[in-house]
Amino acid sequence: MTIDLENINVILATDCGSTTTKAILIEKVDGTYRQTYRGEAPTTVEKPFANVTIGVTNAVTEVGELAGRQLTNEDGTIKTPASDSDGCDMYISTSSAGGGLQMMVAGVIAEMTAASAKRAALGAGAIVMDVISSNDKRRPHEQIQRIRELRPDMILISGGTDGGTTEKVVQLAELIAPAKPQPRFGSEYEMPIIFAGNKMASGEVEATLQEDWIDLAVVENLRPTLEQENLGPARDKIHDVFLEHVMAHAPGYDMLMDWTDADIMPTPGAVGNILQTIAKKENINVVGVDIGGATTDVFSVFDETFNRTVSANLGMSYSISNVCAEATMPNVLRWVQFDMDERQLRNRVKNKMIRPTTIPQSLESLIFEQAVAREALRLAYKQHKEFATTLKGVQQQRTVGDTFSQQTGGNTIVDNMKLNLLVASGGVLSHAPSMNQTAMMLIDAFEPEGCTNLAKDSIFMMPHLGVLSAVHPEAAAQVFERDCLIYLGTCIAAKGLGKEGKPCFSWTLSGDVATSGTCNFGDIELIEMGPKETATIVCEPARGFDLGAGNGKKVTHEVCGGTVGLVIDGRGRPLGLPEERQQCQQTIARWVENMALYKEMEEAVVSA
Amino acid sequence: MAHAYTPGLKVTNRMTYSVIRMLPIKGDVMVKVGDNVNANQIVAATYMPGDVYPLNMANLLAVPPKDVASLMLRKEGEKVEKGEAIAETAGLFGKFKKKYNSPYSGTIETVSDVTGQVILRGPDIPVEVKAYVTGAVTAVNPEIGCTIETDVAFIQGIFGIGGETCGPIKFAVENCDEAISANNISEDMKGCVVIGGARISVESIEAARKVGVVALIGGGMDDQDLRDFLGYDLGVAITGSEKKGITVIVTEGFGDITMASRTFDLLKKFEGKEASVNGATQIRAGVMRPEIIIPLEAGDCEEETEQVGGYLEIGLPLRIIRDPYFGMLGTVSALPSEPHVLGSGSKARVLEVKLSSGESVIVPRANVELIEA
Repeated sequence: MTIDLENINVILATDCGSTTTKAILIEKVDGTYRQTYRGEAPTTVEKPFANVTIGVTNAVTEVGELAGRQLTNEDGTIKTPASDSDGCDMYISTSSAGGGLQMMVAGVIAEMTAASAKRAALGAGAIVMDVISSNDKRRPHEQIQRIRELRPDMILISGGTDGGTTEKVVQLAELIAPAKPQPRFGSEYEMPIIFAGNKMASGEVEATLQEDWIDLAVVENLRPTLEQENLGPARDKIHDVFLEHVMAHAPGYDMLMDWTDADIMPTPGAVGNILQTIAKKENINVVGVDIGGATTDVFSVFDETFNRTVSANLGMSYSISNVCAEATMPNVLRWVQFDMDERQLRNRVKNKMIRPTTIPQSLESLIFEQAVAREALRLAYKQHKEFATTLKGVQQQRTVGDTFSQQTGGNTIVDNMKLNLLVASGGVLSHAPSMNQTAMMLIDAFEPEGCTNLAKDSIFMMPHLGVLSAVHPEAAAQVFERDCLIYLGTCIAAKGLGKEGKPCFSWTLSGDVATSGTCNFGDIELIEMGPKETATIVCEPARGFDLGAGNGKKVTHEVCGGTVGLVIDGRGRPLGLPEERQQCQQTIARWVENMALYKEMEEAVVSA
Repeated sequence: MAHAYTPGLKVTNRMTYSVIRMLPIKGDVMVKVGDNVNANQIVAATYMPGDVYPLNMANLLAVPPKDVASLMLRKEGEKVEKGEAIAETAGLFGKFKKKYNSPYSGTIETVSDVTGQVILRGPDIPVEVKAYVTGAVTAVNPEIGCTIETDVAFIQGIFGIGGETCGPIKFAVENCDEAISANNISEDMKGCVVIGGARISVESIEAARKVGVVALIGGGMDDQDLRDFLGYDLGVAITGSEKKGITVIVTEGFGDITMASRTFDLLKKFEGKEASVNGATQIRAGVMRPEIIIPLEAGDCEEETEQVGGYLEIGLPLRIIRDPYFGMLGTVSALPSEPHVLGSGSKARVLEVKLSSGESVIVPRANVELIEA
C-alpha cells in the first residue's frame, strides 16, 4: 500500500495489550507532529466478545470524544480520511493480546545456536515457551513429550554452523515430526516451522518435516559461524509468519488487519525498534523495561548490541501471584514501611490475579503494589543479565598478558556502570501517581551505577511509535522527541559497600544548580533540578567506592534535571536492606521521606 | 460520554447453552443429530498415537547410520513386543552377531539413514469424550466431535480448580453468609455437587473429598487454604488439570466473602437436580471461568432474567472487586465524567456506588463488576 506521507495530518494508533487497548491520536500542529489525545478500553479478545476490534472501537471512541473528532463510522470501523472535524489519515496498530506470539525454539547446543535462536525469537517479539537442544539434559522421549504438551504458534529450528553438523540438526527435526504439537488455534491450523540452521542440512530437514500439518520455511542460517550471528532473516520471517498465520487466527484480527494501513506488529518488537533507534541516534547504552499484566519485557542496547528478554510470568496482574511466589512475600514486604497482614495480602494478590483490570484505590494498596513491582523488575532484570551475554563458543586468541584476565565467552554485556539511559514503561511505572515513585522503583530494582539518566514513556507510547517509525519515520521521530519520553532526572550512585553513616562520596555541582555535599553510606537524597537544567557534578568517592572512574577515584559527569531531579544515592551496590523487620521498616521510611515518595499523594487527596 | 464498559460474570436462570465436544485428533463420533444424551455418556472416542521412544540404533549397534536400515529385523510399520530383537549386526563371518532387544512394545515408525535413529511408537492411548451436559445433539462434525445444546440455568464462578464433573446439587448450609466447615459435610453427600455459603476452608475441602463429594462450591476461600490443599503456591491462574479428586469453585473471590444471594438463591431453586460443573480457570489468553450448568426441565424458569450489557448505567447493580470495599454490593448512583483523585493519589474515572447499607462511596470504574438484577 502506498501512502502519501505529505498529506498525513491525523494519525491514529492503537496497541492491543492483553488487558487494555490503548489508542493515541497524533496530529500535525503548526507543521509538527504531536501526540494530542489518548484513550483506553479493556481488550475484548475473550468471550463473550471474542473480537479484538470491539475494544479498539471503544478505545478509539474515547479518544474521539476527548478530541472532539468523530473517528469511527457507525459500524465501528475507523473513519478515513481526515477532514477538519472527523476521521484520520492513517491507522496503525500493534498487538500482544491473546497471549502474544508464542514460540518454541530448537538448536543443537543450548549455549550457542539454541541461544541465538532464542535471541532471534525474542527480538521478533515472541514469548519463548521452551528451548529444545541436544544438550539440555532431557532425554529424547522427554523432549518429545514436552513438545507434545506445548501449544506453540510457531517453531524455529536452528543448529549447526554452515558446513557444520548435519546429523544433530536432523535429529532435532526427528524429534518434532513425531511429536506433532497441537497448535492452540485448532487441528486445521498448519504449524509454521522456520528452519534457520546449517544450510547443508536444509534438504534433509525438509525431507524429515514433510508432513501435511507442517508449513516449513527455510531461511538463512542465524549462526553461520560461531563468531557471527545473523538474526535478521529469521526475525523477518517470524514477523511474516506472525501476520500470515497467527494474527489471522486470533479473534477479530482479520478485521483489524483490514483496518490498518500498515502491518500489525507484535508490541515488544515495536518497542525494540524505537529503543534501538534512540541508542543509535544518541550513541548511548540504553535499558528499557515494559512491565505489563502478564509479562515483563527488558530491552537493552549495549555497544550497539540489542537484546530483549521476556519474563513470561512476571507481571502486575495475571502474573502478580507468581511474582510473590518467586520473590517470596518477605522480599516483597521489605519495601513496605509498615506492617501488613500476610494472610490478607495473599488474598489481595489472588484477587488482583483473577480480576486483573482493577487499580489500587488506597495508598496502602498502592505502596504494596509498588513493592511487588520492585521485585518483578528486579527478577526480570536478573534474567536479562543472564541472557544478554557475549557469544558463547567463540575461540579467543590469548597472550601471556591475558593470563590473569581471562575472559571466556558468555559473560553478560549488561554493565550498569556503562548504562546511560534507563527508560520505564508499563502501567505500574507509567501510571504511578508521582514520578518520584517511578524513579525510585527503577533505582531500587535496576540498581544503576555511576551516572544514569532516568526517563519514562509518558503514556506508554513506545509501541505505537515503533510501528509508526516503520511507515512514517519523520512523524515518529518528532513525537518521540517532544511527547514520548519524560525525563525524570539523573541518578548518581556509588558501587561498593561500606559502614552505615560513614562517608560514601562527596560531590560538588556547578552550572544551572550550584551546591555541594557529602553522601553517607546508606543515605539517598534528592536535589531539586528542573527539566531544562543541566550541571556538572564532581564526585570524590571514599575508598572502596566507584562512581565510574575506578575505586576511590574522582569523577566528573554532566547531569541533567527532570521532573524528579538529581538523585544522590549512597546506599551502595549491590543494594541491601536490613534483615531485621523493624530496622528495615525504619530504613525504608527514611528513604521514602528523603525521596518525597508519598507526600504529594496525601496532599492531593486532602485538597480533592 | 463513552460507554464505560465493565466485565461481569454471568449468572442467569435461563439461557441456551451450547457446548462443542471435540476429540484432540480424528476418531469416531458415537451420536447423531437429534440424539438426547446424558452428561456421563461417551459421545466420541479415539486412540491417540502412543508415546515416542527414539533409539539411537547406530550408537547401540556401533555401526554407521546408513547401515542401520539394513540391520533392522523389524521394518517400518511393523509391531514389536518388549524384549523382542529388532536389530542385529552382521557379525564377523556370520558369528559374534550383536542383537538389540526392544525396551518397549510398540511400532517401528521411522528408521533414519542420516542419524541412525529409530523411532519406536508405543501402543495407542484411548481417549474418550463425554457429553458433559445433558441435552440434545444439534450438530455433528464427522470424526471430530459434536455440539450439544440445552436450556440451562448458568452460573459463572470467578476461580476454580479441578476439571469436569457432574452430580446432584446438595446444600451444606442454610444461608449464603454461612461459612462451610468440615462439620457441614456428611456421608450422604457422596457424588454430589455441594453448595456452601461464604468461605470454604481447607478442612471442609478435605472432608468433602473424603466422603466422595464431586464438587464443592462457595463464595470465597483463603489463598492460604488453597495452598494448603494443593500443596504448592499457585503462581499463574491456569487450572483445571489438578487431579485432587474434587472440583472446587469460588463464585466471588479470595477471602471471607459471602456468596451473592442471587447465586445462592438460584442454586437453591435447583436443589436435588443434576448439575455439570467445571473448575477450569484461565485468566490469560482466552479467558475461561469455572461454570455450574443446570439443565432445565419443562416448567423450570420459563421467564429469562434480563441480561445486563457490559455498560455502566445509573441504577444497575454491581459488586466492588477491590479493597477497601472488596466484595460489597450496591447500585450505580452517579457517573461523574471528570477523573477523580483517589486515596492512592492516582487520577481515574470513578463512579458513585450506593451500598446495600445505604452509604455512598466513590470507587474507580475499573474496580466494579456488573451483576445481573
